[in-house]
Amino acid sequence: MESWRKHPLVFWVFALPGTFWLFVFFLAPLAFIWLMSLGEKRGIVDIDITWTLANYARAFEPVYVKIIWKSVWISALVTLLCLLIAYPVAFAIAFARPRWKPWMLLGVILPFWINMLVRTYALIAVFRTRGYVNFGLEWLYNALWLDKLFGPFEPFTLLYNNFAVVAGIVYVYMPFMVLPLYASIEKLDRSYLEASLDLGASQARTFWKVTWPLTMPGVVSGIILVFIPALGSFLIPDLLGGTNAQMIGNVIARQFKSANDWPFGAALSFLLMYATFGALAIRALMAGRKSSMEV
Amino acid sequence: MTQQAREVFWLTRIMRIRSGPLEYSRRLWLRLVVAATFLLLYAPIITLMVFSFNNSRRNVVWRGFTWKYYEKAWNNDGLFEAFTNSLTIAFVSTLLSTIIGAMVAVMLWRFRFPGKAAYEGLMALPIVVPEICMGVAMMVFFARIGWPADLPWPLNLSAITIAHIAFSFPFVAIVVRARLAGFNRELEEASHDLGASEWQTFWNVVFPYMKPGLIGGALLAFTLSLDDFVITFFTSGPNTVTFPVKVYSMVRFSVTPEVNAASTVLVLITVVMTAIAMRFNKPQDSA
Repeated sequence: MESWRKHPLVFWVFALPGTFWLFVFFLAPLAFIWLMSLGEKRGIVDIDITWTLANYARAFEPVYVKIIWKSVWISALVTLLCLLIAYPVAFAIAFARPRWKPWMLLGVILPFWINMLVRTYALIAVFRTRGYVNFGLEWLYNALWLDKLFGPFEPFTLLYNNFAVVAGIVYVYMPFMVLPLYASIEKLDRSYLEASLDLGASQARTFWKVTWPLTMPGVVSGIILVFIPALGSFLIPDLLGGTNAQMIGNVIARQFKSANDWPFGAALSFLLMYATFGALAIRALMAGRKSSMEV
Repeated sequence: MTQQAREVFWLTRIMRIRSGPLEYSRRLWLRLVVAATFLLLYAPIITLMVFSFNNSRRNVVWRGFTWKYYEKAWNNDGLFEAFTNSLTIAFVSTLLSTIIGAMVAVMLWRFRFPGKAAYEGLMALPIVVPEICMGVAMMVFFARIGWPADLPWPLNLSAITIAHIAFSFPFVAIVVRARLAGFNRELEEASHDLGASEWQTFWNVVFPYMKPGLIGGALLAFTLSLDDFVITFFTSGPNTVTFPVKVYSMVRFSVTPEVNAASTVLVLITVVMTAIAMRFNKPQDSA
């Protein structure tokens, strides 16, 4: 690598387009809504930048605290469920026969390539009142002659509630959890596991005392990779949650679309962004502590 | 089968089932968990695709094969226009974000400069910022600077295209830079020693090496643009509907085989494109 002073012209020619685009079409828009979050609404389109914190204060009104809190616990629950499902899957892939491994990995990666909208839509067909789950249950119910005993089958309401939102986010983001877990389980030195088993520890003890601590970096990465997009999800609660299962992303969208309160929406987006950066900072800190321990 | 062969067969079967302590892949419960996960992951999408061929508006029972809904989707003017818009945006966005991203990658690969770590951090921002935040920021930005909304096609797609480039080119930069990391610097020196200029060295030595990264990055940018819903949803106006935004508005109303057909087409395009991109992104093929 050479200093930019050696070929300043080449440096500037290569640096300029990307820097321009980043500053004008990404950082400037963010700066716009940051300023707007400190402003007040005057009339339908006019917004005065008054450096007020009222918009942020409004986010802590009970109505919104409730939605923010709900977004956080839904994201936390989703992350936990993803971890519970993804850990065995990642483990199985890491210990699979070499012939199978690439195919299993492909099986995990493939959903990433499929549009999130399409995947969410696919779930609507599964969960709706006349959907596959209810259809299958009805078939089973009738096959067991339960309709003769208890009357006709009552379909479950699986859509437009918190259950649908949690199931949808788990479904869409689960692959995000598998990959970092797989990477750290794959790196695991298997002789440690053998040593632990040889020295008389049970499989369960070996897992909790050796495997789990050693794969912690993958667990942390996976948690961050699922928690952040889950917290900011908008499409899934919008399509699967209906009006009574909204998350912070839906409230933000509403401020910019139908409610037309841009300063408040801007404040909420920045709160979401601060939360995201906070989560990333935690990961950086944990990664930093680990590397300093190694040194 | 002779008796002996049968014994050998069963012995190998039994040996297989008695797995060693670290052969977790042979554990039955683990296999069941993996199988169930993959089933749940794929069943909804596969049923969606299969039922796009179902000869019935009600999506639950199979009533025979038909191309009818693909024809309907094809003849749906709104859907077709949205599809054309999406492809136009994706092509322009891919071209520009590949050029910009590649230049950023070369710059970061080649030069040392003060504040480089901070610059790289800023470059990664479009990747980590929640989509919804970026979407509303773009919407406010274009509304505030008075970006003209009623331009003739294809200029009316400019706002969406600009937003797509903004979130695509950092991805291209990452892919290309990963490719450049494997470049042997001595080749550059050899080229200089043999009398080639900076420019000649770049085009004849560095650029050919970058090519797989460029193709991989371009395909990634294409699928990112074609697939994006959230950011486009906020940047698009009533006359600039893209394919995912159109599908979204159809999905909100009902579950129909027509939407299934449109979704299947979208899935097939992105899966094929990404599969090609993966071929080009293989790290080891230095030839």
